[in-house]
Amino acid sequence: MIRVVLPAHLKNLARVYGEVEVDVAGEVTQRRVLDALEESYPMLRGTLRDRSTGRRRSFVRFYACEEDLSNDSPDAPLPAPVAAGHEPLLIVGAMAGG
Amino acid sequence: MSGVRVLVGTRKGAFVLTADGTRRDWKVDGPHFGGWEVYHVNASPADPDRLYASQSGGWFGQLIQRSDDGGRTWEPVGNDFTYAGDVGEHLWYDGTPRPWEFKRIWHLEPSRTDPDTVYAGGEDAALYRSTDGGREWRELTGLRTHESGPRWQPGAGGMCLHTIILDPVHEGRIYVAISAAGAFRSDDAGQTWRPINRGLVSGQIPDPDAEVGHCVHRLAMHPSRPDVLFMQKHWDVMRSDDGGGQWREISGDLPTDFGFPIAVHAHEPETVYVVPITSDSEHYVPDGRLRVYRSRSGGDEWEALSEGLPQRHCYVNVLRDAMAVDTLEDCGVYFGTTGGQVYCSSDAGDSWAPIVRDLPAVLSVEVQALP
Repeated sequence: MIRVVLPAHLKNLARVYGEVEVDVAGEVTQRRVLDALEESYPMLRGTLRDRSTGRRRSFVRFYACEEDLSNDSPDAPLPAPVAAGHEPLLIVGAMAGG
Repeated sequence: MSGVRVLVGTRKGAFVLTADGTRRDWKVDGPHFGGWEVYHVNASPADPDRLYASQSGGWFGQLIQRSDDGGRTWEPVGNDFTYAGDVGEHLWYDGTPRPWEFKRIWHLEPSRTDPDTVYAGGEDAALYRSTDGGREWRELTGLRTHESGPRWQPGAGGMCLHTIILDPVHEGRIYVAISAAGAFRSDDAGQTWRPINRGLVSGQIPDPDAEVGHCVHRLAMHPSRPDVLFMQKHWDVMRSDDGGGQWREISGDLPTDFGFPIAVHAHEPETVYVVPITSDSEHYVPDGRLRVYRSRSGGDEWEALSEGLPQRHCYVNVLRDAMAVDTLEDCGVYFGTTGGQVYCSSDAGDSWAPIVRDLPAVLSVEVQALP
């Protein structure tokens, strides 16, 4: 199980509390985690990745193990502690706006 | 009619305001979608409990919410607003070509007859339709791919399709308006379009009477007189008596003819409301006084309506989708301000009272008369 922490707005949207968990088959990558997340919570489609380009939305960040993974390739393996379920993938709304 | 329900979209969520037919005591429900921008909330004329809301934000993009119980509960529906086919290019602010890029939905217009059919106006300008209650959206590409499309350019608020009017009489006729492309009309249910901007004169564009390029802020129509259209343009209040074939200016004795919203009385097709603001560079009401202007002659002659509205130190604006009228016997008029006030007049504008004073900046106001 991959642990994911959503930002508050998206917890409300998905109607979840705390962390969510998703199953990912094979190598654990950002793309596969997000695909699994959207499969479980279809209302999140388009909120993390642009609908037309599939790219990360500008003000969405992906952190794990005290590293910023936002600009890593979506097909790069996530850190081993995330893949093992020891650490969560943190999805964060960037500091911006008023 | 037992009462009214006012649907308010704000910079930080949606609010539902309800009252009985006296429109004196109000229940305020919200915020729904707190923290998100809600550009528009609108109701199906065919099913008063069916509501649609456009929820968006810089972080997480565009969502559409649907309620089947008059706004008590909401369900996110489809948000895939893909441009169909060749995306093409329009002009950017600097005059260079730029591909169409979806940003948000400004306006939702439910069908008059089918609660599951709803139109959505987008930025960058495009018109979408759903026939399954908002789950799936299809672009009506004939508008964006009009031969003038590559010459469209955004206004300061973005290149937004903000007005959709479904003609209640002429089958298949739809009007839309785009900042800053102008007004367009389809007579075949949105398949093909033609600009309807003849008579508009805009000093802010190189050719002041060009076919497209006008910053139309809002269109309004009375359902009993579908060939008569009213327009608040960037500057100028305009009127057409032939479905947009030709426009003439009706600004008359307004103190300034710059503004955003325009609305028509529910029972008097020649009674029109606008809220003039100071200028294109000063987006607040003139002289620190909030005044709605009403014409009972279809334009040209206007009277200031100020009873109950702040008449000193007031520097708010009323945005293009933030004015509405109800259909009760004594027509109610409503508007919301960038200062977060929502005002109601239950006597067609003669007097006003605030429903709420301290909401986030109001982006849109719609009202339903409830059975």
